[in-house]
Amino acid sequence: MSADLVDLVIVGAGPAGLSAAVEARSLGLQVLLLDEQRSAGGQIYRGVDVASARQLSVLGRDYAAGAALTDAFKHCGASHVAGAAVWNVSRDRTVNYLQQGRNLSVRARHIILATGAMERPFPIAGWTLPGVMGAGAAQILYKNASALPSEPVVLAGCGPLLYLLACQYLAAGVTLKAVVQTTQTRDYLRAARYAAGALKGCGDLLKGLRMTVQLRRHGVRVFSAAQALSIDGTERAEGLQFTQRGRVHRIASSLILLHQGVVPNTQLSLSLNARHSWSDMQLCWLPDTDADGQIDDIGIYIAGDSRGIVGAKASALQGRRTAIAVARRLFPGKADYLAALDARLRGELRGMLHIRPFLDALYRPALEHRVPPQDSVIVCRCEEVSAGQLRRFTELGCQGPNQTKAFGRCGMGPCQGRLCGLTVTEVIAHARAVPPGAVGYYRVRPPIKPITLGELSGP
Amino acid sequence: MPIDTHSQNDPLFSCDDTGPDVVTVYFEDLPIPASAGSSVAAALLVYGVVVFRSTPVSAAPRAPYCMMGVCFECLVEIDGVPNCQACLTAVREGMQVRRQQGPATLPSGVKGAGDVC
Amino acid sequence: MNSLPNPAYLQKAMAPTSMIVIGGGLLGAAIAYGASRAGASVILLDQGDIAHRASRGNFGLVWVQAKGDSAPHYARWCRDAASRWPAMAQELMTLTGIDVVLRQHGGVHFCFSDAEMEARQALLKRIDQAAGGIPFSMLDRSDVRARLPGVGPSVVGASFCPLDGHANPLKLLLALHAGMKARGVCVMSGVDVAEIRHCEAQGGFEVRSTDGRTWQAPRVVVAAGLGTTRLAQQVGLHAPLSPIRGQMLITERLQPFLPYPTEGVRQTDEGSVQLGNSFESVGADAGTTVLEIEAIAKSAVAAFPRLSSARLIRAWACLRVLTPDSLPVYEESSSCPGAFVATSHSGVSLAALHAAVIGPWMAGLRDEPVEISAFAGSRFLDPARSYSNAFLDAFANAH
Repeated sequence: MSADLVDLVIVGAGPAGLSAAVEARSLGLQVLLLDEQRSAGGQIYRGVDVASARQLSVLGRDYAAGAALTDAFKHCGASHVAGAAVWNVSRDRTVNYLQQGRNLSVRARHIILATGAMERPFPIAGWTLPGVMGAGAAQILYKNASALPSEPVVLAGCGPLLYLLACQYLAAGVTLKAVVQTTQTRDYLRAARYAAGALKGCGDLLKGLRMTVQLRRHGVRVFSAAQALSIDGTERAEGLQFTQRGRVHRIASSLILLHQGVVPNTQLSLSLNARHSWSDMQLCWLPDTDADGQIDDIGIYIAGDSRGIVGAKASALQGRRTAIAVARRLFPGKADYLAALDARLRGELRGMLHIRPFLDALYRPALEHRVPPQDSVIVCRCEEVSAGQLRRFTELGCQGPNQTKAFGRCGMGPCQGRLCGLTVTEVIAHARAVPPGAVGYYRVRPPIKPITLGELSGP
Repeated sequence: MPIDTHSQNDPLFSCDDTGPDVVTVYFEDLPIPASAGSSVAAALLVYGVVVFRSTPVSAAPRAPYCMMGVCFECLVEIDGVPNCQACLTAVREGMQVRRQQGPATLPSGVKGAGDVC
Repeated sequence: MNSLPNPAYLQKAMAPTSMIVIGGGLLGAAIAYGASRAGASVILLDQGDIAHRASRGNFGLVWVQAKGDSAPHYARWCRDAASRWPAMAQELMTLTGIDVVLRQHGGVHFCFSDAEMEARQALLKRIDQAAGGIPFSMLDRSDVRARLPGVGPSVVGASFCPLDGHANPLKLLLALHAGMKARGVCVMSGVDVAEIRHCEAQGGFEVRSTDGRTWQAPRVVVAAGLGTTRLAQQVGLHAPLSPIRGQMLITERLQPFLPYPTEGVRQTDEGSVQLGNSFESVGADAGTTVLEIEAIAKSAVAAFPRLSSARLIRAWACLRVLTPDSLPVYEESSSCPGAFVATSHSGVSLAALHAAVIGPWMAGLRDEPVEISAFAGSRFLDPARSYSNAFLDAFANAH
């Protein structure tokens, strides 16, 4: 247990956290960075330091570029506490973490939470069956263990990551049995409204179309405007079913990779009792912060995707800007210099964010894949609570996610609501015919990461 | 209702490039090769394990979903410690892994989970 | 779910309201349920979502042992409540289909030294003699190990009471709410009561909410948790209350291994182990602290070393509603007859009495319970009287 007060403690070693650390160190701050993984990089740059030439080739330029950041971090003089699972952050800026079975803590003058994003849940019939995984999960398998699907694989859903994975699989020689896209005409129309403000968006749209052509050229069956996705199988996944223009399609497969975007990892910000607001654009809860990313004026900041999905490059910029904001408070004498530094970054960041509304609109997940119409679909995977049961709770007077815990054990399992929270909010909102913002979210409490009673008790 | 221990399946994943260092871990007493540095979840999937656990609520078969530690589906018993997240644990020579059948049975020895996972 | 109101509800809805209950927590719900069961036409006003819901902080024990030292009326009250529990659980199951998971095979209190054993035995004997029959037995080291395999080496013995047990507090609240509806209680949620006015001329009370709605009835019960003091005062009743924070932990689901509950450790029927408890005077702060979480974990591991490998899923905190001597307050106002106050932090333990006795009494359908005057809130106004908070003292020493 450390009694020292560190200038800046950063949680998370993804683009935002690493960039914040490098920037803070360049400004003379003492930095301690805590991360769950053994090496830096977060999810997006996972394993980039030890990636083989083949992996770098398959994963592409954007991934490889992450090595520059991890390298800069390695040499910047920050303390890197790897394998640290942060299980609590208090408003007095104490961080409690578990490392190799030891329950440790550190106190900070400032904290930056950079816990990134996770894949949005995809609650459809059969989604809990073995053989159903996230596209991001499959990407992690490759980054971590060079593992590739051994049989023709089905990819389904929407979002840039889905198409990225498809490209990477093609590069790796994986056979894609089918790519089932859920983007509908109405999504293109909605997105078109934002394309004007995002010239870059046209570029991405073209990139997506080019990729679809590339897939088809490789003989991959590409289905567009798919609806009503569900997984066939009883003990394990056996195939994907969907409709397209009224016709039912079934594609047999033991491995189905689903993806419909990523959402901020808000467990720590929620546990700090920070206010969160429902974003209808991103269909998730976003922490309320000031312009610097600070919560409630308590010296705790949020940077990167966990503040709102902005992507890797923008996350890095946000990390840098947040470090500068912290430095401004620690070195008020350097205010002018820091303001100038920040102004340049602010402009750059603004440019990167132009495309977000376009992407959010284009890849908006379908309502039927967020609020399951079928009662039997499991919403809370840990406690096996279905959409129908949730709707019944609402009929019996349940007003929001916290009360579901009294009606049934929804949200009380080990994942602490990570995989069901957003769905529960929307299912209840839908059943009550009120906006999700009015329904609220689970009250998140420590421990944010699993810790045993023995570890808590100490030696 | 325990899952059939030796239901060996065709692996859903295969290893494209094992790398120089290979360790041996034991899955339900069967030795399986694993690339050093890979997660237990990855090693099991590549070996051909399809079902990782049966749920405490209904004994339903489950397997990894997110591979990043947020879904808690990849829970297995590692070196006698129940409910370890396989995707967050790196393989180690001689590691003993078993499926997590239902709720955890606490080991009567006083070992900390952090020592293994 | 039946969309048509049942005939009992319709009949009651037609009849003039005989009683308004303010507060839909464990106290209010049990009282309204019991009153309605006895024939009263009841309206219950509940804050709903914004309520503190002390029931969330209830450990779930149905407990008799060690209760009522120097207050034999309370020891008898607790004993009576425990004996009525099985019938209430069964009744709620039949009426609502909700299982409140009562397990009542006895409860254990650990002692960590010979001196503690002696003191404990003396205490329980004293209560038993004064109250006229509160059963208990002392378990030595081997007895404890026989009943609770895996208990830690620092436990030298324990006291055991066959009347003790545990239930699921949230399920109980749910069952009482469902039971109320089934019995025809009109439950209004989202009501924040601002004022109770005694309308002597009309022989009743008018209750007004902050958003201006009003309800009238000849009888009113204030069972509003921490909001009770202010409202009770408006009808001439004294019920001083303080919020005392309790922090609790719950583990992942585990194979069953704990057949009896103790005050700090109990295994729910789903297998998770609930651990507690803290007693903190921190005002209205329902936050958790690392200090307490670690302290509770340490106590749990001392009691059961194998819990060392159990993973903590969640820590939470709640505000208990405590009177200065930790005993309940049940009283009818003498300046405003027909107005009642009811408060107790033992919403689970005493639920069966609140339903079977307190509710019907407050509805005017049953004689005043024997010894009820001992629970009057006016006892705190007596300058000559001294009391200590035995409840707080006991746990302050345990930590």
